[in-house]
Amino acid sequence: MKTKLAGYGTIGLALLFITLLICIGFGSVPLPAGEIVAIMLHRIPGIGNLITPDWSVSSEQIVMQVRLPRVLLGMLVGASLSVAGAAFQGVLRNPLADPFTLGVSSGSAVGAAVLIFFGWQFSVAGVFTLPLVAFFTGAVTLWIVMWLARENGKIPIESLILSGVVMQSFLGAIVSFLTAMSKKTINEIMYWTMGSLSLRGWSYTAILLPYLALGVLFLWSRSRTLNLLALGEREAAHSGLNVESTKLIILLVATLMTAAAVSVSGVIGFVGLVVPHMIRLITGPDYRLIIPLSALGGGIFMMWSDLAARSLLAPTEIPLGVVTAFVGAPFFAYLLYRKKKAREVNMQ
Amino acid sequence: MIEVKQAAKSYGKLNVLRDISLKIETGEFVGIIGPNGSGKSTLLNLISGIEEPDQGEISLAGQPITSFSRKSLSQRLAVLQQDGLPSISYPVREVIEMGRFPFQDWRGREKGSNADDLLNQIMNRLELQELAGRPLSVLSGGQRQRVALGKVMAQQPEVLLLDEPTTYLDIRYQMQFMDLIASWQREEGLTVVAVMHDLNLASLYCDRLLILSAGKVIAEGTPDEILVPETIEAVFDVKSHTVNHPDTGVPQLLLQKRS
Repeated sequence: MKTKLAGYGTIGLALLFITLLICIGFGSVPLPAGEIVAIMLHRIPGIGNLITPDWSVSSEQIVMQVRLPRVLLGMLVGASLSVAGAAFQGVLRNPLADPFTLGVSSGSAVGAAVLIFFGWQFSVAGVFTLPLVAFFTGAVTLWIVMWLARENGKIPIESLILSGVVMQSFLGAIVSFLTAMSKKTINEIMYWTMGSLSLRGWSYTAILLPYLALGVLFLWSRSRTLNLLALGEREAAHSGLNVESTKLIILLVATLMTAAAVSVSGVIGFVGLVVPHMIRLITGPDYRLIIPLSALGGGIFMMWSDLAARSLLAPTEIPLGVVTAFVGAPFFAYLLYRKKKAREVNMQ
Repeated sequence: MIEVKQAAKSYGKLNVLRDISLKIETGEFVGIIGPNGSGKSTLLNLISGIEEPDQGEISLAGQPITSFSRKSLSQRLAVLQQDGLPSISYPVREVIEMGRFPFQDWRGREKGSNADDLLNQIMNRLELQELAGRPLSVLSGGQRQRVALGKVMAQQPEVLLLDEPTTYLDIRYQMQFMDLIASWQREEGLTVVAVMHDLNLASLYCDRLLILSAGKVIAEGTPDEILVPETIEAVFDVKSHTVNHPDTGVPQLLLQKRS
């Protein structure tokens, strides 16, 4: 397991780094990879002095002020949503669960949109106001969705997704309503309906990073628990797991990570669905691999999606949520189809 | 080892168990029999601490079952369920290792020893070595139930609860499965409580039988005392004859057709 993790981890990190360079280099002013590396190394204390700046000031500004913060933010958002998705899938033992399909993203977006509508972004707890309120509304949404879906103490896959869709359309309508009512903040609220990483600057990266880091570490430490849950809740309880409290805390941490991501980038769907599945296809079902590799894979996936969003129709920018939905929705359909097939085989 | 005192349990208006009291000694192999809906599985759920009784008390080794954490309870008591393990893509050996969960810390390490020797021994004993790397999803029902047995063996419990463990197996696997349980029980002095469907199997393997009917223990004793045509007819509404097994002398039922 450890050698597997080291192997996949190394490949993942290499891909992450290459993706980072490509995404920073690509744009209206193309920058060579060597120059980007030099500019970034120059900022690192200790090594920085060894490098003599031979690049133009504008290049440095483009990298440090415009592209790097955006690309890094995309990486963090993608990692957060993917790990949250993997955790939802593990706890609910439902391959179709993800922050978006469960309605958690939309729930968080409503909280964020209400704050922005009334101009309360920094009211209660400074920069943490938005993530915390988004967490609260996201958690409430998750609770309602699970309550709606529960039948005889169980949560069937299909009814969970249905409840998620119902909540999503309702909450989406609230956000649209707020958008329509608001004259001056219309663009800002629009971010939350379609997702965007543009013009975010460094502060957002700093807000998201601690949630991501702590969330991944915590969920990774619980990955053996997620493996055990795959045997079924009752079997897991017989094997010594306190099922209810474990489920609750993992769901809350995944919701918190979702809320933090949504409050900096808006609703970006299907990432948490696509990435963990890709990872599963490569590594198998072990969450000790899936959790950390989903973080890497989510980062890579989101950086490419954002690159597509800003460059395919440049100078027009496609909303990021639209790009991920173009990839994710067909993938979702494919998973549904495969589940149906599996059921047909079982019936014979 | 296990004591149930005046336990009662109901779901809504349905009284599944009413006033159950029983005692099970260390090293006993006790079978629980009774018609469908008589509360057998519920009784097992109460003993395993998965559900709590509405009234009464259940204790394990003199301590109330509610005083154990899930983890410390699982170090002493293991459960093999009727429907066994789901068809997931985890490999056989890793599933069996999950039986060590109650002994591991969050990083999967155990205090003192590591469990590799134990796991190899179990894999050998259950003839699972060749399947070690296969995912559960490609195994047959019989093989999967053997993996489930391997997992509870890895748990090294003092008490084993079985809930109709052979329901979905053909007779070859039924016998193989029960033989494995019986030899394990003899070697380790394990206490076994098994809900059994097949009365003849129950008679072959159990030291003592309890009959549960409509949420009450209506009879208990050795198979000789319990498996008599009058009792069977009273409980199951089935006519039968009993003969003694030519090898061991335990009673076996022959069912009688209604004409």
